Amino acid sequence: MIEKVLLLALTLFTVAIALSLYRLIKGPSMPDRAIALDTVGVNLVSAIAIVSVFLSTKAFLDAILILGILSFIGTISFSKYIERGVLIERKRND
Amino acid sequence: MIEWIAVGMILLASIVAVLSAVGMIRLPDVYTRSHAATKSATLSVLMCLLGAFIHFWLTDGYISIRLLLGIIFVFITAPVAGHLVCRAAYRSRVPLAEQSEEDELREVLFSDEVEHLKREEVERMHNIKS
Repeated sequence: MIEKVLLLALTLFTVAIALSLYRLIKGPSMPDRAIALDTVGVNLVSAIAIVSVFLSTKAFLDAILILGILSFIGTISFSKYIERGVLIERKRND
Repeated sequence: MIEWIAVGMILLASIVAVLSAVGMIRLPDVYTRSHAATKSATLSVLMCLLGAFIHFWLTDGYISIRLLLGIIFVFITAPVAGHLVCRAAYRSRVPLAEQSEEDELREVLFSDEVEHLKREEVERMHNIKS
């Protein structure tokens, strides 16, 4: 019974990722796509946690931390690129 | 019996995630979409990770520091990411939705353009009068 509920939750997370993929493809502007990509990453973290509970293993818990950090850095760099047009600024004093 | 706390928390988290995705589909604007994307998605991932933490704690007696670190990291960084994306969207002039009432930040950020527009309008009115 517990396994069925976990599979249902995993299916619902998959539906959420699919809906955000619609926004990722269709989105009219670039910040829409950045927000959708951030949501996909966050939902993927939850899906990995559910898989880890479902298989009752602790091997995937590192992947949760790494994926959270990578999603955050990706969103930050996307927003900086959208705002300024460059990622790495070189200061020219001369 | 007590394992159902963790499983119910995970199920509730998945329902909140689907609601947040539906909000991201249906809302009309970047700024309103970021409400749906950041707040409720953060709530769903926090509840899901907390459910996994409770499950490992109750079944194995294993307190996972990595899950706690993941919870704290997501809780700190998700509002920052949403704020930065919204700021970048406003500064790169993504338009607001049509039914939004007023925009006070526009006069602060792009004040030179607003004055330019007002001056053009005044000149046009003047030309019409004369």
